[in-house]
Amino acid sequence: MVEFAMHNAWLVPLLPALSFVIIIFLTKPWPKLSGLVTVAGMVLACAVASFAAYGVFTNHAIAEKPLVYATRWFSMPGLHIDVGVQLDPTSAMMMFMVTLVASLIFIYATGYMKGDPGYSVFFSYLSLFGSSMLLLVISSNLLQMFVAWELVGLCSYLLIGFYTHKISAREAAKKAFVTCRVADFGLLLGILSLQIVFGTLNLTELAEKINHFEQYTTMGMMTLIAVLVFIGPIGKSGQFPLHVWLPDAMEGPTPVSALIHAATMVVAGVYLVGRMIFMFDKVPTAMELVAVTGAFTALFAASIAITQNEIKRILAYSTVSQLGYMMLALGVGSLTASMFHLWTHAFFKALMFLGAGSVLHALHHKADVWEMGGLLKKMPITGYTFMAGCLAIAGIPPFAGFWSKDEILLAVFDSGHYVLFTMAALTAFMTAFYMWRLFFLAFMGDEKPENHPHESPWNMTMPLVVLAILAAVGGLVGTPVNNMWAQWIYFGHPHEGHVNWLIMIGSVVLGFAGIYLAYTLYVADKTKARAHAMAEKYKFFHNLSYNKYYIDEIYLWFNHTIVDGSAKLFYLFDIYVVDGIIINGIAAFTRLSGEGLRITQTGRLQNYALVFFLGVLALAVALAFTETSAAFGLVTGGAK
Amino acid sequence: MLTLTVSLYHYLILSAILFGIGLFGVLAKRNAIAVLICIELMLNAININLLAFNKYMTPGDFIGQIFAIFVITVAAAEVGVGLAIIIAIYRNKLSVNLDDFDWLKW
Repeated sequence: MVEFAMHNAWLVPLLPALSFVIIIFLTKPWPKLSGLVTVAGMVLACAVASFAAYGVFTNHAIAEKPLVYATRWFSMPGLHIDVGVQLDPTSAMMMFMVTLVASLIFIYATGYMKGDPGYSVFFSYLSLFGSSMLLLVISSNLLQMFVAWELVGLCSYLLIGFYTHKISAREAAKKAFVTCRVADFGLLLGILSLQIVFGTLNLTELAEKINHFEQYTTMGMMTLIAVLVFIGPIGKSGQFPLHVWLPDAMEGPTPVSALIHAATMVVAGVYLVGRMIFMFDKVPTAMELVAVTGAFTALFAASIAITQNEIKRILAYSTVSQLGYMMLALGVGSLTASMFHLWTHAFFKALMFLGAGSVLHALHHKADVWEMGGLLKKMPITGYTFMAGCLAIAGIPPFAGFWSKDEILLAVFDSGHYVLFTMAALTAFMTAFYMWRLFFLAFMGDEKPENHPHESPWNMTMPLVVLAILAAVGGLVGTPVNNMWAQWIYFGHPHEGHVNWLIMIGSVVLGFAGIYLAYTLYVADKTKARAHAMAEKYKFFHNLSYNKYYIDEIYLWFNHTIVDGSAKLFYLFDIYVVDGIIINGIAAFTRLSGEGLRITQTGRLQNYALVFFLGVLALAVALAFTETSAAFGLVTGGAK
Repeated sequence: MLTLTVSLYHYLILSAILFGIGLFGVLAKRNAIAVLICIELMLNAININLLAFNKYMTPGDFIGQIFAIFVITVAAAEVGVGLAIIIAIYRNKLSVNLDDFDWLKW
């Protein structure tokens, strides 16, 4: 069974794709059946993925040399594109994580979407989404990866804009798609450059060739390629300055948000950089760029999340911030820490989004955390599982987030980036604060009489419980005591596990400090007067944060003045230069010269005959005085 | 006593003079019939050329003479067609003055 799964890992993306086809063509009229097909497809994929992952994680040879099954997709002179499956610890881990989290989210969605008129269509999209992401994960070739990458973008567009009757959802879907497309263009250019320079897009071959890239190209070109490739993940993984689409993506149904933020879509960017780490590692400039982008995004998004009021928006900014963490870890060269955080983050972020969905379900889509309160009593399962997620993201041991965050902080500290380390530590404190602010406001305090919350049905709470358990223990695979994780997923040589007590204790203290601050402001102080007073006192910063640093407004302004302005300019250029001078000019010239030449058409045969005669005469003279011509000889002496 | 031998050049000069007269007539005459006659003149100038070249350059064979016969045949046909056109135009316009015929104008 393990052997079978390892050699047939292509089944993993295929099974959900099959559910997509089945739903579209067969079971669309029966919503319940469609939901079942989707869940079954993903659970089966999860089973195959688990066996394959088990096979990979019991065979040390695969860590050194990935298992690749590939076949020729198409071939033309100088260009051979393969399509295939690449199994190594990183892709096996991702495959397992994505199928597991996606299965749980799909089960949850069967409850959450109950009664929706587009139930079947929704589930078909979900299947396609999961399938695309899995295809991306197992790709052995960059072009194949890019195809999956775009498919993921398409599915996110369909799902974010699923509530087509909502203008905001449609706008958000467009925003997500366009923003990602902008970034994808960079990635596409990067992939093309790689093909041109190295003549292959297969990951294993690229890794080998880039290892001594000096034979193929210069450092400058390599830096350019790495930066171009990194632009893709900036968009997909919501890094500054292309993070704007991610918080809006919560306009979709909550399971979609959970899927986008935890298992699929946004981690694709981090995964791609992780996949290409062999290239980034050779280019110090690009590595610095990745690290600085990550650290800045982490801090930036965390500072926005502090003042947001909508429950899903807070979570969205926390995702942006955590993705920044993962990028930061990659930027300092620690694939181990980055993938570890990706793994733990998937569990607790899926948990929190699903929890938020459960809350919204109960409160009939009232999203403002200030209007919630006391939900812990009415919705104990949602409440306590959500608390597990909050503990995990705040970095409280032994929850999952603690181990991975600690790993990242340690990696950043060891690499000697002390400024980035400070930013990351500050982010850890802010993360704890805003997540617990959300928790305290929504679940603690006084109940609001106008709310009549009720616990969600079993198919929504079951995934919550499973994810809560995973969020609690999921990090134990990578504890410094027995770091199984680092022995498997690493770049270069296995990560030497060591404990830096200062950082470990420091991060726990920061986490508790954030929670304590949130407690004093939002629980101990019943009236929340101090929180409001602080917002009033630092009005400038509060506004800046609450309005997301006006990034959207800046983009809008840029769009309206620069883009529209230059469009206007080009319009005038088109009207007056292209149409006016070039096109109409040529027409006018033709017409006027026609008018002029018309005069020569007298209609008198004798004029024509004269011109004809003169022409013949001119020709004869020209021929006679051309030395090479036969006529020349005749005229000058050929005739006897 | 002045001896006069007729050489190729004499023929050529005669033919050139005839051709020039014909050409002038074609270009300058206003009467369509006269133009047709002038065309005949040009054709015959060419015939003289052909025969003279035949006689002085390739006395053995008759290519030039055969050519001349062809030219005469074609000229007869051409005059037939030309006269028919002129008669048709005359029936329309009651004129054979070429200045009245500018129908070919745009």
